[in-house]
Amino acid sequence: MPLHQYHFNASISSSSSTFLAPPSAFASSSRTQNFSLPLRNSEICRCVATPQEAKTPTAYKTSVSRNANIGKLQAGYLFPEVARRRNAHKEKYPDAQVISLGIGDTTEPIPDVITSSMSKKCQALSTLEGYSGYGAEQGEKSLRAAIRSTFYADLGINDDDIFVSDGAKCDISRLQVVFGSDVTMAVQDPSYPAYVDSSVIMGQTGQFQKDVEKYANIEYMNCTPVNGFFPDLSKSARTDIIFFCSPNNPTGAAATREQLTRLVQFAKDNGSIIVYDSAYAMYMSDDNPRSIFEIPGAREVAIETSSFSKYAGFTGVRLGWTVVPKELLFSDGFPVARDFNRVVCTCFNGASNIAQAGGLACLSPEGLKAMREVIGFYKENTEIIVDTFNSLGFKVYGGRNAPYVWVHFPGRSSWEVFAEILEKTHVVTTPGSGFGPGGEGFVRVSAFGHRANVLEACKRFRQLYK
Amino acid sequence: MYKLLICNSTLSDKLFDPGCLHTSFGIRKEKKDHYTNVPRNANLEKLPKGYLFPEISLRQHQHLEQHPDASLISLGIGDTTEPVPDIVTSRMADFASGLSTLEGYRGYGAEQGNKELRKAIAETFYKDVNVKDSEVFVSDGAQCDIARLQLLLGSRVTASVQDPSFPGYIDTSVIIGQAGDLDHETGRYHRLEYMKCGPENKFFPDLRRTSSTDVIFFCSPNNPTGHAATRQQLEQLVKFAKDNGSIIVFDSAYATYISDDSPRSIFEIPGAKEVAVEISSFSKFAGFTGVRLGWTVVPSELCFSNGFPVIHDFNRVVCTCFNGASNIAQAGGLACLSSEGFEGVRTRVNYYKENAEILLDALASLNIKAYGGQNAPYVWVHFPGMNSWEVFDMILEKANIITVPGCGFGPGGEEFLRISAFGHRESILEAARRLKALFS
Repeated sequence: MPLHQYHFNASISSSSSTFLAPPSAFASSSRTQNFSLPLRNSEICRCVATPQEAKTPTAYKTSVSRNANIGKLQAGYLFPEVARRRNAHKEKYPDAQVISLGIGDTTEPIPDVITSSMSKKCQALSTLEGYSGYGAEQGEKSLRAAIRSTFYADLGINDDDIFVSDGAKCDISRLQVVFGSDVTMAVQDPSYPAYVDSSVIMGQTGQFQKDVEKYANIEYMNCTPVNGFFPDLSKSARTDIIFFCSPNNPTGAAATREQLTRLVQFAKDNGSIIVYDSAYAMYMSDDNPRSIFEIPGAREVAIETSSFSKYAGFTGVRLGWTVVPKELLFSDGFPVARDFNRVVCTCFNGASNIAQAGGLACLSPEGLKAMREVIGFYKENTEIIVDTFNSLGFKVYGGRNAPYVWVHFPGRSSWEVFAEILEKTHVVTTPGSGFGPGGEGFVRVSAFGHRANVLEACKRFRQLYK
Repeated sequence: MYKLLICNSTLSDKLFDPGCLHTSFGIRKEKKDHYTNVPRNANLEKLPKGYLFPEISLRQHQHLEQHPDASLISLGIGDTTEPVPDIVTSRMADFASGLSTLEGYRGYGAEQGNKELRKAIAETFYKDVNVKDSEVFVSDGAQCDIARLQLLLGSRVTASVQDPSFPGYIDTSVIIGQAGDLDHETGRYHRLEYMKCGPENKFFPDLRRTSSTDVIFFCSPNNPTGHAATRQQLEQLVKFAKDNGSIIVFDSAYATYISDDSPRSIFEIPGAKEVAVEISSFSKFAGFTGVRLGWTVVPSELCFSNGFPVIHDFNRVVCTCFNGASNIAQAGGLACLSSEGFEGVRTRVNYYKENAEILLDALASLNIKAYGGQNAPYVWVHFPGMNSWEVFDMILEKANIITVPGCGFGPGGEEFLRISAFGHRESILEAARRLKALFS
């Protein structure tokens, strides 16, 4: 193809220098304001709120109807709104050293043993012997085997029950595609917003009801201090699918063996499928199950999804997995794994082979040791934050089994508390109501951050709330 | 033991995937098996039981069992084989190492992609047609983007596809619920519009006899036929879309293979920004089939019938259902688009194009009608009156070459065979020799 038809950036060194530009001290990378076109002044753009109404009508419209399901989504998707407010705050106080304990983004470098294997894989792609093209959509055999032996040994799970992916958020949507629009779903309240939002997009829900801040047709299972952050199943309506996250984002609660046994029984009695999100299992300090499959009978009722994001700092590298046991069957006896495999083969093309090489290194003895050290670091951060809020007289939850601290501000609006903390301490947190109406009155403080930032943030909290 | 001249791990992995082994899962055998009460997604039931590439793998496997010493050449799956240029991989290696440092560590990136990469894509491929960085969405590849576009569009739209075409458009359409039931006799889905593309119509559908649909999937240069639509043809397509209020999903993944002056982007056609999105990929021009990187362009001018910009909803889907392409892959992508990097990947593309020429020459010398191969890495070979699976079997049996039967791309592919030009030169030369021996 003729070179002249293409236009090139400057040479590699200058074009990539901003790619590798260091984030400024005391701040995570800046986020853009509203997603207006064209973008301005942004380094990295995270998803921002989309307006509900159409922009100024253009001259021409297609005749294609907008997908009504997407129209049901609320404009204020949680993390972009947080980002928007943080950026507005930065503009208001340009000299403030803003500390971000909001979005749960890992901050510490990835251990060498892991990145060196990824580097080697990159270099190998330039050689005849080392080059590889398409990989299996389900993931490399060696990685699937390593995941099984590391996390699911003796749990009756086989290598080929494991599907490697580019992360839990993507897997959740692929699972929704498998389930289709005619299923009902239940979520914990509060919960990670992707379960609800993907359900809306798939058309499983009704309209958003502003008075209760819930979507019609979703069963919200309230999780509060009063019920030990485990839903009262006797009050939960039956749904086809139950999303359950433990250790929990945002509350940090880890379900006990007894609780999960009841959950599995509930699913069995109701013929439901549990989608169990165990992305934070390695943060567990207590002796709670790390996998749903530790519960007898779970293979017939549950799917488990997990991720390297929070273990290996792979939030940007993108690697996760989902386990679909062969025993899990639809109402007609058809194995769920076959349909999941079909969706994986049709709607996906495998996780990056470089990320998978990194994943394999993560699960070597040296890699596991290194990951545990980084996890230990974030857990120390969590302790510091927990101690701080405890010493200030707050009721604090989570923190022991997850990198999130769930702080109670009884009777107060979580957005107001968020704004107050941001305004007065320049620390970004996440308002609990962003995770569902059950999060009102709480704020989530995430423990990912450089130690100095976490210490400084806690110092500022103490000043504010003394 | 058998010897594979081109070993594709995908194929052997696919042999053991549960979807492929029809006998391993079946109706329950024991009463004590627990059935949930969750109904199976009716759309997934509509997919054909065996699908194309695993079926090919199965036949390959069976062939090798019968002929363990066969030296098989795979010109089936369009998988790149040549190493990625050093300048690209060293950049990725450096980025990966950088993740171990304070300055170089990166967490979550923007779901839409790294800003520099979006800019580089816009400037490299779309400078003359004024696509803005903000309209470029970086992804982990075209197949994934197609699925996300389908999520965006939803189950209520109607769609048309070329016939033959890349199976992903049809399969995702079925999965999302647009396509209706499969008519087993014709091999067509009831609610899909099939636009026949063959030698008789210069591989461009007769739009006067095409029903209007909401969405039109169009791939150029085309997989599997290799045809690159002319400017005139694309102008007709854009006009057709405009007259009917349709959205074109234009797949330009093979644009870098174009030899003549066929348009490389739908946006070269005036008015296209109001009617089209374009998807593309680093897979076939950078050898990134395993690295995973692609992009979709959604012009800000493109609106739904109520005036709502498509780009806002696509952004929402990307933010909710995706978390960005791997940052290491994106670093590689950026390196590919530097002048040195582009020079390097261009030599690979030319290498595969030369492979295609060798295959075309061999077929021409046998007086076998072959299409494509000049603007795409696929050669589309006509065997009039023959069943494409039979031709596939015959070539596998007698020449130990894996190809792809045309019917796998739709009923319009019957009588044709797709031969892919990805492979080491010696394999291609050997394949050409064997074809000459077989057909002369």
